[in-house]
Amino acid sequence: MNSKFKITLLGETEVTFEMGKGIAVLISMQNNSHNLIKVGCRGGGCGVCKVHVVRGEYHCRKMSRAHISEAEESQGYALACCLYPDSDLEISTQLDSAP
Amino acid sequence: MAQRGVLRPGFVQIKVLDMDAAIAHYRDHMGLDLVGIEADGRAYFKAYDEFDRHSVVLREADAPGIDVMAFKVYCDEDLDVFAKRLNDIDVKTKAIDANEQPSVGRRVRFETPTGHVFDLYAEMALSDNGPMIKNPDVWRAEPRAMRIQRFDHCALIGIDIAAAAKIFTDALDFSITERAIIPDNGEPVAIFLTCSNKAHDIAFLGNPEHDGKLHHVSFNLEDWKDIGHAADLISRYNISLDIGPTRHGITRGQTIYFFDPSGNRNETFAGGYSFYPDTPIREWTVDQMGKAIFYYEKEVHGRFVEVFT
Repeated sequence: MNSKFKITLLGETEVTFEMGKGIAVLISMQNNSHNLIKVGCRGGGCGVCKVHVVRGEYHCRKMSRAHISEAEESQGYALACCLYPDSDLEISTQLDSAP
Repeated sequence: MAQRGVLRPGFVQIKVLDMDAAIAHYRDHMGLDLVGIEADGRAYFKAYDEFDRHSVVLREADAPGIDVMAFKVYCDEDLDVFAKRLNDIDVKTKAIDANEQPSVGRRVRFETPTGHVFDLYAEMALSDNGPMIKNPDVWRAEPRAMRIQRFDHCALIGIDIAAAAKIFTDALDFSITERAIIPDNGEPVAIFLTCSNKAHDIAFLGNPEHDGKLHHVSFNLEDWKDIGHAADLISRYNISLDIGPTRHGITRGQTIYFFDPSGNRNETFAGGYSFYPDTPIREWTVDQMGKAIFYYEKEVHGRFVEVFT
């Protein structure tokens, strides 16, 4: 039984790492010594780690509505510090719309 | 100092995303005492060395940040005096009824051009768990977790910080202790003010586009050793660290910055110089901001500027 998920971060460069359940994508990225996503408060409050999940299943804990509207949340936008994978994920770190 | 008028920062009401996580942070990791949770869901806390009932109020909301910072004034009639002085410089005031928060008297509310809400109040019930006063021991029970002594100050982010500071100096008798400026035009980028003889009771930090934001809520610790202890707790319990332990050039305070579970920045702080009304204003130029903010690192990392709630 494989409880590891493959996370692919798409940006100026592309990085992949594996992570388990129960930890946020941003924290796992830091633990893997990558820095493609900016690290802010790590609590869903400041919005600097906003990303767009383009493929995969996931869930989020509560995020500031000042940075992720209900519409954005339903379109796959999330704060990486509040983002937990339920499958392999492909995540865009370069957003078209300003946060 | 024969201090009357505005005495000190009294309480701050902070917005949090998840109340259970916030209570665990402020009570169990920072070591504040949970005074109570009221019917409207707000949670009230105090530090072990504070006499009044509460100093930190948490309110669950859909975005973090600050609701209001309140200053305690010496007596009830000061409230009318300060309301008139605010009105005289065209700052509108609003009356907040007694007991909008439990055990707190009437409040006079005003807003700065930076979009921050402030209250003045004269009365709050004494805690039944405050410091001892008869042949007092150093504490009633040994301080827990980060061993916070008191709520100390807030740093708030806005556009026209000079206008905000002017309200505090002109209507409320605060003094500017220290500021950072752009030398070419003298525009302030950070202003530190006190109502007492601390190095600061409130700070305003300039931002080109954001008003009404919270940079940090700060709590006083006894000494540098307790900041190291806070750092150990931050690491042990995976609290989100910003920077530190380190020291500020501005205020000379020793510090560590971290975030609560909703992303509000907290500071635990010790030291800092004493200020008297005849102390000259200390001034920094923006080319020295690294040293001004972080005296050891001599640079300000991006997160410290870009991250706020």
